[in-house]
Amino acid sequence: MSSDDSIAASRRGVLKCLAFGGAGTLFSLAGGVLAPLDLALAATKGRKSAMLDAPLFVQISDTHIGFNKEANPDVAGTLKQTIDLVNAMPVKPAFIVHTGDITHLSKASEFDTAAQLLSELEVTELHTTPGEHDMADASASEYFNRYGKASANRGYYSFDTRGVHFVGLINVLNFKPNGLGALGSQQLEWLEADLKGRSASTPIVVFAHMPLWTIYEPWGWGTGDADQMTSYLRRFGSVTVLNGHIHQIVQKVEGNLTFHTARSTAFPQATAGNGPAPGPLKVPAEQLQKMLGLSSVTLKRHPSTLALTDSTLA
Amino acid sequence: MPTVEPVGATFGARLPQPAARAVRHMSQISLHACAVMIVASFAHAAAPAAPAPSAPAATQAPSAPEPTISIHDFSFAPLSLTIPVGATVSWKNLDPEPHTVRSVDDQFRSGALDQNDSFSFKFVKAGTYKYVCSIHPQMVGTITVK
Repeated sequence: MSSDDSIAASRRGVLKCLAFGGAGTLFSLAGGVLAPLDLALAATKGRKSAMLDAPLFVQISDTHIGFNKEANPDVAGTLKQTIDLVNAMPVKPAFIVHTGDITHLSKASEFDTAAQLLSELEVTELHTTPGEHDMADASASEYFNRYGKASANRGYYSFDTRGVHFVGLINVLNFKPNGLGALGSQQLEWLEADLKGRSASTPIVVFAHMPLWTIYEPWGWGTGDADQMTSYLRRFGSVTVLNGHIHQIVQKVEGNLTFHTARSTAFPQATAGNGPAPGPLKVPAEQLQKMLGLSSVTLKRHPSTLALTDSTLA
Repeated sequence: MPTVEPVGATFGARLPQPAARAVRHMSQISLHACAVMIVASFAHAAAPAAPAPSAPAATQAPSAPEPTISIHDFSFAPLSLTIPVGATVSWKNLDPEPHTVRSVDDQFRSGALDQNDSFSFKFVKAGTYKYVCSIHPQMVGTITVK
C-alpha cells in the first residue's frame, strides 16, 4: 500500500470505477510479449490507455451449480456476486464466455438454476463450451439440449466480433485413459479449415474447458492432441487461449500465443500435485472470495492485441 | 434425447446401443425395486400383524451377491475384477467428489454418481472391459468377463 494519499485515492477510485473488488493483474499483450502491470500502477500511470477501453468480453468459468460441499456451500451466491461485478462494469462487455462446468452433476435442475442465475446478466449474449461436469449425465444430452444450437450439437464453433475471430472447442469428450482431454481428429480438421484463409493479423481467441496445454499430466490437466491445434495457430500475430477446469490462474506465453486459465466462481482447487488428487480446496471463509473471480479481455487497436484482466470477488 | 443424436454422429459412436441398454437396465432396476415395494406394502396391508419386511432385498434371491466396486479416494477398488458371463457389477461412489463409470469403448456409462450413489451393469458377453471416470479420466478400472 502506498503512503501517497493521492495515489491511494486514485487507486480506490479506479477500483471502484471498475467495480472490481480486488487487486488484479492486467496483462497487456503486444507482439506476443506479455507485460504484466499491477492494477494500481495502471491506475496512476497507464490509466488512460489501460483502463478506458471497453472490455470486449468477460470470461466466467466453473460455476458448478449443484455443488454443496464445505469448500463452498453457496455456489449460487458466489455466481450472483460475479454477475453483480459484470453488471456494475461502467462499460458493458459485448458478451460473456462461460468455459464450462456450468453444473456440478449435469442434472436438469442444476442447468435450470444456472440458466436462471445467468439470466440476471445485463449482457445477454452468452457463449459456452461444456466441462466434463456438464457431460456427466449418461446420455450427455442435458448440456446440448440447452446450449447445443450454436455448434449444431457438435460442441465446436466459431464466430467473429469486432474483427476478432473466436473459436469455441470441446475437449471433454472421448477421454483417453491417460487422463488428458482430447479434441479428436474431426474437430481438428474442422479447426484447420476454419482458420485457413484468415489473415495472420486477425486476433484469435480460442476457448475450451480443459487446459489446451499440459499443465500437470497426473491430474489430467491438459489436452492430449492440443499440439496439432497449436500448430494451426502459430502463424497468427495475436492468439489468446482461454480455459477453466483447474480453478486457478495459470498462464503460459509461447511466441504469439498466450494460454490462460480462469478462476472458478465456485471453489478453488489445490495447485498442481499439491495433494493426492484434484478436488475442491477448503479455505478459511475470509479467503474464499479472494480465490474466486472472472477474467475480462479488452481489445487494443494499433496494433490489434488483447489485454487480459483477472478480478476476484473480494 | 433427439437433439443429441447429431453429436453422437459427429463424434463417432458416442452413444451406441449398449449405452442405451445400460440406461434401460438402470430403469429396469428401479422398476423392479418399485414392484418389490408395492408387493411389500400389499403384504403389509394384508397381514398387519406380521413384522413388516424392511429389506426388499429379502425378496431377491439371486444365486451370488452382486460384485461391488467401491470408488474411493479417486480410485476404483478393486481396480480389476473378473466375473462370470451374466453377472451384474455395481459401483458405489464413497467420495464427496462426483465420479462416473464410462466404458472406454462405450459399452456402458453411468450418470454422475454423487457421494453414496450407485450404478449397476449386467455383463452378458465375455471380454475385457476397460472403463474410466469421465470427470477424472486418470481413474481407470478393468472388468474381465469369462
